[in-house]
Amino acid sequence: MFADYTWAELGSIFAMQGFSGLILFSVLLLMALGLAIIFGQMGVINMAHGEFMILGAYITYLTSNLFSTYIPELFGAYFFIAIIFAFIGTFLLGALVEWSLIRHLYKRPLDTLLATWGLSLILQQLYRTVFGPREVGVTLPDWMMGSFQVSEMIEVPVNGMIVMVITLFITVGVFLFLQKSRKGKQSRAVVQNRAMAGAVGIDTARVDRFTFALGCGIAGIAGATFTMIGSTGPTSGQLYIVDTFLVVVFGGAASLLGTIASAFSISQAQSIMEFFLSGSMAKVLTLLTVIVILMLRPQGLFSLKVRR
Amino acid sequence: MLQTKLRSLAPKNDVVSFLILAAILLVALPILFDIFRLNLIGKYLTFAFVALGLVLSWGLGGILSLGQGIFFGLGGYAMAMFLKLEASSPENTAIQSTPGIPDFMDWNQLTELPWFWEPFHSFGFTLFAIIALPTVFAYIIGAAMFKRRVGGVYFAIITQAIAAILTILIIGQQGFTGGVNGITDLRTLLGWDIRTDSAKYILYFINVILLLATLVVAQYIRKSKLGRLLVAMRDSEDRVRFSGYDVSNFKIFIFCIAGIFSSIGGAMFTLQVGFMSPSLIGIVPSIEMVIFAAVGGNLSIFGAIYGALIVNWAKTILSESYPELWLFAMGAMFIAVVLAFPKGLAGIYESYVQPWVDKKLKAIQDKKAKK
Repeated sequence: MFADYTWAELGSIFAMQGFSGLILFSVLLLMALGLAIIFGQMGVINMAHGEFMILGAYITYLTSNLFSTYIPELFGAYFFIAIIFAFIGTFLLGALVEWSLIRHLYKRPLDTLLATWGLSLILQQLYRTVFGPREVGVTLPDWMMGSFQVSEMIEVPVNGMIVMVITLFITVGVFLFLQKSRKGKQSRAVVQNRAMAGAVGIDTARVDRFTFALGCGIAGIAGATFTMIGSTGPTSGQLYIVDTFLVVVFGGAASLLGTIASAFSISQAQSIMEFFLSGSMAKVLTLLTVIVILMLRPQGLFSLKVRR
Repeated sequence: MLQTKLRSLAPKNDVVSFLILAAILLVALPILFDIFRLNLIGKYLTFAFVALGLVLSWGLGGILSLGQGIFFGLGGYAMAMFLKLEASSPENTAIQSTPGIPDFMDWNQLTELPWFWEPFHSFGFTLFAIIALPTVFAYIIGAAMFKRRVGGVYFAIITQAIAAILTILIIGQQGFTGGVNGITDLRTLLGWDIRTDSAKYILYFINVILLLATLVVAQYIRKSKLGRLLVAMRDSEDRVRFSGYDVSNFKIFIFCIAGIFSSIGGAMFTLQVGFMSPSLIGIVPSIEMVIFAAVGGNLSIFGAIYGALIVNWAKTILSESYPELWLFAMGAMFIAVVLAFPKGLAGIYESYVQPWVDKKLKAIQDKKAKK
């Protein structure tokens, strides 16, 4: 399959596909980060994760409309405000969901799965009733559009770069938060040994709520970021949920590094194969490979060694 | 000896439930409804096969598969391929550029039948495939996962991913599979037109009888030693393992059985509804099948059938008159079943209706005794 291309062409094909793979990587990683906290750390299956992302996207859409109607002179900066709004909105909804639903189900993971699926259906229909069944897109400010010309054959879109930068910031932020901050340490402590964490005076119920809400908030940021590269519909979230779970499981739950590595390998494999095969076949092959590897190595790429 | 064994396999309560169900399905519903509605009920009942399989694997065995649509689809597609080949005889398809192959292949510029379609010319092979395909598939998935002691949530996610992959594959390979529309325009089964009203009646009764037979098999499994082992495994896997049982083999077995049940349901779906498409395989239909079992009560084989009937009935009624309410209702159902009624309708029946019935029965018996 390589015979028809010259070396220079092959080089730029790999560079271009590699770069679009990098964008896909950022997207997957952003989606998976929230889930890595909720599922990887807490062990809660949140099937409504996609709907939390969509909520972030809709909040961004509303914010951009608000800016263009009332303060058009500041439109260029709406995105940064929108990210904050998206985070706050999904964080609050996450806390509410944890309080009303999840906290009753910590010992029954399969039931959590069904209940959150129910929640996702309700949210989907809610979005459809409020925003209509059609997909909505935001108008990007001028400085986010266009592309850099790197060489004769290689072009890099600006919004893709922004997605990557945001992903980088959020990933580093989550990592530092979990490793260094007091709240992060508390939440890791609760995950690793709930009884002992409670015994040293950590309010485990509160930490649970906070950790869950944080994961949802990150999903909201991911959703806000997606508005730059695609439009949003009521059922968009459902399309991502399988990919996202596979990324987290493949990376090895409870390992942030694993999530990054698995998002990277899945996205690169898929985008490079996409050039040579059809899009759907590339996806089928990638997912199949992931599943076969998972069957051979169920603990995922990186696994945390803890005694249970 | 034989009698005590029979009694342990079929306690009085279960026999009564079975007879009531048979009377409803075989007598009451066909009298009450016209053929259009009865055909719809037949369609709902094909999902009851899946729900029954889920009661065995999920309720008893604790193995939640979110990919039962895979097996439903395998059976459905096997049957649809056979019917499609029969419908696209060279005479029927003379206007195509390649007569004798299914119409969608012709539209996709295929000039000969793909190799994996060839065996489906034979009805015997098709019936064999409806049982064998899901068994092999379930065995591969089950052996790979359970031998490595992967279970619970991971199993659910991976089966869900496989269902997603299968859908993408079928939609992507339009020329071989009919793509997103699926396999449509099915006409005859061995020369017998399945689209007439009388054929629909006959198919409904075949469906119900198959379902009742499946129910008997399920009851046998539930009451046998295997059924008790499954419950023991669900509640404490390690203890069963330390008692010397090979846990994974029992899990694989019950997962295969659930797959076969679903596959039979899929085949009956194709026969009664007249098409098969990827929209019955993917993530959403697969998880809907779980709610049928959950609403009915994931421990009750009778509950599963009522669950499939009631949920689907509600879906039809609601989406006919208030389409926007259906998803709310379904979402609420998921949450309510998990939070408030973990045993579903069967649980409500057992804790409220049955004591009342027993009391009345006892009162009557006492009266008789006094006389």
